[in-house]
Amino acid sequence: MRIHSGGGASSSGDATLWVFNDNNTKPVRDAIERWNKDNPDKKISSETFANDAYKEKIRTAIGSGNAPTMIMSWGGASLKDYADQGSIVDLTDDLKDTVDETVLDSVAEGGYVDGKLYGTSFNGVQPAVLFFNTKVLKEAGVSKEPQTWDELLAAVEKVKATGKTPITLAGGSKWPYLMWAAYLVDRIGGPEVFQKIENGEKGSWDDPAVVEAMTKIQDLVKAGAFGNTYQSLTADDRKDVALLVNDSSAMEMQGSWAYPDFVALNKDFAENTLSFSAFPSVKGGKGDPKDLTGNLSNYFSISSKASESQQKNAIDFLKNNTYSDSMVTSMLETGSVPPVKNVEDTVKKNDTKSGFYSFIYEAASEAPAYQLSWDQALPSDQAETMLNNLEQVFLLQITPQQFVDNMNKTLE
Amino acid sequence: MTEKAKKTGGRRRGLHDGGGRESLHKGPSLWYAAPAMVLFGVFALIPLIGVVVLSFMNWDGLGAVTWNGLGNWKEMLGDPLTLNGLKLTLILTIACWAVQTPVSILLGVFMAGKQKYRAFLAVFFFLPLLFSSTAVAIAFKNILDPQFGIGKAFGWKWLEQNFLGDPKTALWTLILVVSWCFVPLHSLLYQGAVRQIPASLYEAARIDGAGTVRQFFSITLPQLKYTFATDSTLMIVGSLTYFDLVYVMTAGGPGNATRLMPLDMYIKGFKSYDMGGASVIGVLILAMGIVISLLLNRLSGADKMESQMEGV
Repeated sequence: MRIHSGGGASSSGDATLWVFNDNNTKPVRDAIERWNKDNPDKKISSETFANDAYKEKIRTAIGSGNAPTMIMSWGGASLKDYADQGSIVDLTDDLKDTVDETVLDSVAEGGYVDGKLYGTSFNGVQPAVLFFNTKVLKEAGVSKEPQTWDELLAAVEKVKATGKTPITLAGGSKWPYLMWAAYLVDRIGGPEVFQKIENGEKGSWDDPAVVEAMTKIQDLVKAGAFGNTYQSLTADDRKDVALLVNDSSAMEMQGSWAYPDFVALNKDFAENTLSFSAFPSVKGGKGDPKDLTGNLSNYFSISSKASESQQKNAIDFLKNNTYSDSMVTSMLETGSVPPVKNVEDTVKKNDTKSGFYSFIYEAASEAPAYQLSWDQALPSDQAETMLNNLEQVFLLQITPQQFVDNMNKTLE
Repeated sequence: MTEKAKKTGGRRRGLHDGGGRESLHKGPSLWYAAPAMVLFGVFALIPLIGVVVLSFMNWDGLGAVTWNGLGNWKEMLGDPLTLNGLKLTLILTIACWAVQTPVSILLGVFMAGKQKYRAFLAVFFFLPLLFSSTAVAIAFKNILDPQFGIGKAFGWKWLEQNFLGDPKTALWTLILVVSWCFVPLHSLLYQGAVRQIPASLYEAARIDGAGTVRQFFSITLPQLKYTFATDSTLMIVGSLTYFDLVYVMTAGGPGNATRLMPLDMYIKGFKSYDMGGASVIGVLILAMGIVISLLLNRLSGADKMESQMEGV
């Protein structure tokens, strides 16, 4: 009997699931509750975890054969790892049709490994976008959100002159650095640059676009765009969002998952003062300004160690609940945007006053390229080295060329 | 051991030599040590051997474990992060010892006395010992936050510093917080030791005309010699493996300014999933711990543990 089968009596035949306990997963938790009521013979017992606790626990659980039936991931390198090790089963025959029919192509793709379906997305789409405090911008004499890099630099100068922090950056959490690097590399060199890196091509970090992106980052830092205490600001306690809400700073780049936090902190602010836009374009850059980076969604995979009946029940659940109508509605209610084809109308109907849901939905459906966050896309050892070196770029401890050299070493 | 025993029996070794097999039988049976040995074996020795073996293997926590010979060792010893971690750990260890020892001795001596309000104050001194280090870390992180911390709250500009965000100050901030946490424990040890010192020594000193300061340096400090050795060992070995406060407060940052060896090991193992590399660092920490505690024991003469009360 599994240790984590949920504790209920005679539940060893139930499919099991570990899931985060945050707001974004509420729709799926509700769906499971409904499923269990309607299908008492095919129950799924779920256990909830905090985000970081889950991340650290799941890999060892899989490695030691104690994984739950349904394994949640962010796609990317860890999904590929699980598939390559045979820890999760190929879902192509059972679920490909369902997924391809419902899920936006850019997000559905994240569940495929070498052309086979290993994960089905179930959560909202989560690209990184720029958020603005229009009040602070206006006070500084910036009338509209910057659309190009030069406009952004000009806005930074103007806000700085008023004594406020132009851009909030939660450097203490490290991963917020990543969004700047990923967007700049895309805007300058197009999505191909990181594609080569992701494919592990030798020397592929040595691209003029990477060097230019890192140089631009250091220009921003030197211009005081992030203030001088960004290194001790962390994102997990939402201090970064608070700085924007309390008019201390003018801009922030964050994943769309930050939106519910703005609403929670100050609904009036979220509806009237907050605005948002895609990352600015860079003059002469090859990337399409509609390209996105960030998290695609979360995916469910099915453990190969689970019993046949557990696997079957889990697949049944996914077939019936992958963005079902009730899921879509309940997602919009909790504040996440479903990556589902042809639901513009539903999104619009449930939209907030500021139009945030439609903005995200359109951005995700129209994006010519949607790059998964680098730290999820790369194998974990490379990802860790990358975050570490990127932080040193922001701290001006290494030059752009040193960054490239250090990163190329991980591809040898 | 009293003066008398020393004269007749000599050193402990002498006793055994003289007694031969018979005296061995007189001691408690070796089976008394069995429960402790089993616990030590299962929870310390076996994992320890596992780590040493793993340091020669490749393992990502998921796939098969494969032999890698000296590969991990070469890679880790050539990695500037390992050297950085070693350097930071040594700085932290020495600084923590240098900060905590004098404070703990003074506090311990104070608390061993009979002054007014002593018991009342002692309660406050002990408080940090009762808090979980994660709670302490989160509290200090917020207190020291330049945007939302105590400096901002009271408008104290000098406290509105980027304590944990500036690579130059982050490690020293940590050292002070770690010391704040552990001084109570060490002063408790010193308090106990000071109470063991016979009052007659002080009476004699007073008759000879020694003042408080002279009594402290000529009686208290020399009498604390072995506590000092034990306590320093605890402090130093503790600092070598110190992890939780650092992990919560800075996670090794900014840059690598606080990436101590235990943290480096954790990141290698559970963020990069390089269990082999992490084990190499683990073995290095273990080796340092053993060497340093043996050395301390030797230097302080604690392995002989002669009585300091001859003639009392």
